[in-house]
Amino acid sequence: MKNNLLLSSSPHLHTVESVRKIMWVVGLSLLPAGAAGVYLFGMSAFWILTAGVVSALVTEAAIQALTRKKISLSDGSAFLTGLLLAYNLPPDIPLWLPAFGSFFAVAIGKQIFGGLGQNIFNPALIGRVFLMASWPKYMTTFTTPLAYDAITQATPLALLKEHTLIERISYLDLFLGKRGGCIGEVCIVALLAGALFLLVKGYISWHIPFSYIITVGLLTYVFGPNGIASGDWLFHILSGGLILGAFFMATDYVTSPLTYNGQLIFGIGCGLITAVIRLWGGYPEGVSYAILIMNAATPIIDRYTKNRIYGT
Amino acid sequence: MKRLIKECIKGIAKENPTFGLILGLCPTLAVSTSVINAVGMGMAATFVLICSNTIISALRHVIPDRIRLPAYIVVVATFVTICEMLMKAYAPALNVSLGIFVPLIVVNCIILARAEAFASKNPTLPSFFDGLGMGIGFTLALTLIALVRELLGTGSVAGFTLAVHAEPITMMILSPGALLTLGILIALSNMIKRAFATRKTKP
Repeated sequence: MKNNLLLSSSPHLHTVESVRKIMWVVGLSLLPAGAAGVYLFGMSAFWILTAGVVSALVTEAAIQALTRKKISLSDGSAFLTGLLLAYNLPPDIPLWLPAFGSFFAVAIGKQIFGGLGQNIFNPALIGRVFLMASWPKYMTTFTTPLAYDAITQATPLALLKEHTLIERISYLDLFLGKRGGCIGEVCIVALLAGALFLLVKGYISWHIPFSYIITVGLLTYVFGPNGIASGDWLFHILSGGLILGAFFMATDYVTSPLTYNGQLIFGIGCGLITAVIRLWGGYPEGVSYAILIMNAATPIIDRYTKNRIYGT
Repeated sequence: MKRLIKECIKGIAKENPTFGLILGLCPTLAVSTSVINAVGMGMAATFVLICSNTIISALRHVIPDRIRLPAYIVVVATFVTICEMLMKAYAPALNVSLGIFVPLIVVNCIILARAEAFASKNPTLPSFFDGLGMGIGFTLALTLIALVRELLGTGSVAGFTLAVHAEPITMMILSPGALLTLGILIALSNMIKRAFATRKTKP
């Protein structure tokens, strides 16, 4: 007789959500920012995005075929890694750079740990930091938006660091993305549209992004250039990769803490490190390093913020 | 004779100090930025390893058990000093590029581990060959790591720039490159060992 009784442990709740759906929804919510990046920086940005995504997909498939695992390109995680990496690259670089970065992100950042769900660090940021350490010349050459002959221009944060930010970029320009920067990080309004969608739909919680952004704002306001509480906090929030990092990369399910309290600690930690690097560090921007360092702290945060089981 | 060859071979393949026993990682990670440094370091360590193994094995009945570690260290330190003086005299450039890692051979755990685990329990001749095998194994592993790192990180091999090369991956000659290369090579050597093990049990 066939046994029709199915035994399973709690929880018995069922949802239609799956890893696959979540990944593709996050990918979809990133599209406005990518489209804005292509509009601002021209077709070279589009080819960089394509190279990043294709290389990530090929690497994932190749490694899974070599290790005789099920090839899981349709779950969208490799697509998302490639896309996020390409969003973190300057808009006018040779195409082998995103291709190599995506290969490194998927192979060393993810598959070497055992694939999706096993990685300690955010793969896309591993790829970015690898490119940054290996070819800093390319990774710090930015071009002016809406100028189709690729005039190089430093990012607002780099200008600030070198004390050459003579005329302030208007907040509106920063908000719309008319500034030098990486492809996916410049257009704040498009990023916020995607982030709002994810928040309303409940794919990400507010804890990490808000604690992250508020910490950066607070610290950059308090430790301003002209003494205590004279900083331009809005400039710091709107420039660099803070919005992209806070909403789309710090909130990665695999590499961020599980509980809300843990996520608040994670966000504040990210904000602290980002602000310290921006204000006193050697680099103009510190979002990627901050998130990676806090990724390393995630297991210990999880251990100390474990919810107490009711009744114990 | 067969046994002596076996003692020698095991250090190169099965119990390779770097890939099998994972010993002596400090010099492995630090000096493997170029093939020349790696070969120099490997030869220095091999010299010390052979001499200290032989002497400690010869003195194994004389050294009191309770103070054996200080005694081993004195023997090892003597040979490291000789080695450093020789290097200063005949290869000053190498001595400068290896820097502090030459005197640090004293605390290299391969040497102390072989003294404790092998030389203090075995006759002199096998100990000599154990030291030789371990030294060659260490040198080969170090050279392999350095080859990968130098080729990828600077686009050259043993100081000679290749005619055809892409833009070098600077990270490979920085510290993350050392750890990455070591990890991947250990994984590969484990894969090869497993393949041999299954082939042996199959027929």
